[in-house]
Amino acid sequence: MTDSSTVLIDARGLTKVYGKPGDKTGFTAVDGIDFQVRRGEAFGVLGANGAGKSSTMRMVACVSPATAGSLRILGYDSGADGAKIRARLGVVPQDDTIDTELTVRENLLIYGRYFGLSWKVLRERSTRLLEFTRLSEKAEDAVATLSGGMRRRLTIARALINEPEIVLLDEPTTGLDPQARHLLWERLFQLKQDGVTLLLTTHYMDEAEQLCDRLVVMDAGKIVAEGTPAELIARYTLREVLELRFAPGERQIMTDKCRGLAERMEELPDRLLLSTDNGEETLSAVHRQGVQPLTALVRRSSLEDVFLTLTGRSLLD
Amino acid sequence: MDTLARAFSAPAFRELGYWLFRYRRTWRGSIVISIGNPLLFLTALGLGLGTLVDRENSAYLHGHSYLTFILPGILIAGVMQTAFLEASGPVMQSALPRGSYRAAASTPLEPTGILYGHLMYWTLRATQNAVLFTCVSLLFGTVDPARAPLLVLVAVLVAIAFAAPAAAWAVTVTRPSQINAMFRFVVLPLYMFSGTFFPIEQLPVPLQWVAWATPLWHGVDLGRTVALGTATPYGVLIHIGYLSVMVAVGLHVARRTYRRKLYV
Repeated sequence: MTDSSTVLIDARGLTKVYGKPGDKTGFTAVDGIDFQVRRGEAFGVLGANGAGKSSTMRMVACVSPATAGSLRILGYDSGADGAKIRARLGVVPQDDTIDTELTVRENLLIYGRYFGLSWKVLRERSTRLLEFTRLSEKAEDAVATLSGGMRRRLTIARALINEPEIVLLDEPTTGLDPQARHLLWERLFQLKQDGVTLLLTTHYMDEAEQLCDRLVVMDAGKIVAEGTPAELIARYTLREVLELRFAPGERQIMTDKCRGLAERMEELPDRLLLSTDNGEETLSAVHRQGVQPLTALVRRSSLEDVFLTLTGRSLLD
Repeated sequence: MDTLARAFSAPAFRELGYWLFRYRRTWRGSIVISIGNPLLFLTALGLGLGTLVDRENSAYLHGHSYLTFILPGILIAGVMQTAFLEASGPVMQSALPRGSYRAAASTPLEPTGILYGHLMYWTLRATQNAVLFTCVSLLFGTVDPARAPLLVLVAVLVAIAFAAPAAAWAVTVTRPSQINAMFRFVVLPLYMFSGTFFPIEQLPVPLQWVAWATPLWHGVDLGRTVALGTATPYGVLIHIGYLSVMVAVGLHVARRTYRRKLYV
């Protein structure tokens, strides 16, 4: 297989402008981005709310025409062959479109019918997918009785009904509790092991580190960095971060005293981050300056810090 | 047989399948309503109001009993109302970010297939209502059995003529209050003043012109003249022409509004 045949999603100069063409008040949500997703990889799009992640996902899902640039998916042009592409995609939207008047299983059956699958095939697949997403016991229940995590798993089961080659997940774990997130990650990891290509957006660093082989960081409609999680951390951050919290009244004075103690310093609303190659040494230096933090924590640099470095903002702002 | 099977696997039929699948939950109730509705109307307006009206022997009724006169009007106006209700609220809901149209749009279905599928569903529902209504009327002896099938056809045409533009508009709507307003200020006045309950010849001349211009009057008059056997080729042509233009324009606009809404 040649290298180009393994590229399933190929975006070049991809642009999305909302508003009428030529209208100066148009809003550019995605601003000429390039990225390639290869078969079998889990590719992440990381960014704060409003960075252009969901607009990108909707274009890849072929429900939002690109304003400019080219987008080829599974060898087809996204503008001309949307239906052919969608037949081979699985979509897990941020706003799930589960039908609350139907049961869990009925949701799978009726969605599968949209792909023109026979009832016989659908009965067999729905049983298998409910097992895969650990929903077998809920099969005949009303959707209203499902928890948030179960509902999300049902959306995933539904997205798999056509045995897609690519699964798109738009913020798959937003709003879920930690336990539900871990179960979901485990299932998505299994999916990846089964060879399904994943394209997911997230604003959770731990999610991106857990699931993504490769990722891009988006900010204000542009891609500002691309690489594996480890590469990005190595390229954009120092080894460790010292996190300090102060009593509310002392914040400004303490912050001023810390200036110059580390190569980079980020002020967040609730804490101060000092990037350094050696967190313990920096902490000693902080103490020598007479700074008395309420709490001090040394940790390894993460994607969160990559994002801070690149955009000057926290992801969850 | 093979072509038939292929036709039924067309995208629009998959969308129709969705609505029929949901209809499995409510079909019993809907049949009770389809039968109960004409029963109530025929009893109240025929035995109640009709007895009063018939005593006056109004020349406007051309010798027909009041019940025989209003029956096609009530059927057609009712079909219009149902078509509007089924093609407005559910369409708006379906086009919301969590609506069923969004689910369908993420599959191989195109907005046009979604529209046609839903339209087929309204057509089937209108057929069901018109057939049951007409059957009840036959029991009351208020419609000629030979003309009953024609009346059903007219009713279905009226349903499509109203459902298509209603859907074209409703898919762009985001608040239920807009649909309520449309119902109150457009659909109900149409229902009352399109010759449903009285011959429009009774109205002052300027109001008659207004009535002639309204779409429902064309449906009501077509249904009534067909049911009473007083249809003229010229009148039928104008009425069918008017309603067909509504279908054509409604579908043309709906194809565009559906695409614009679902492919943002």
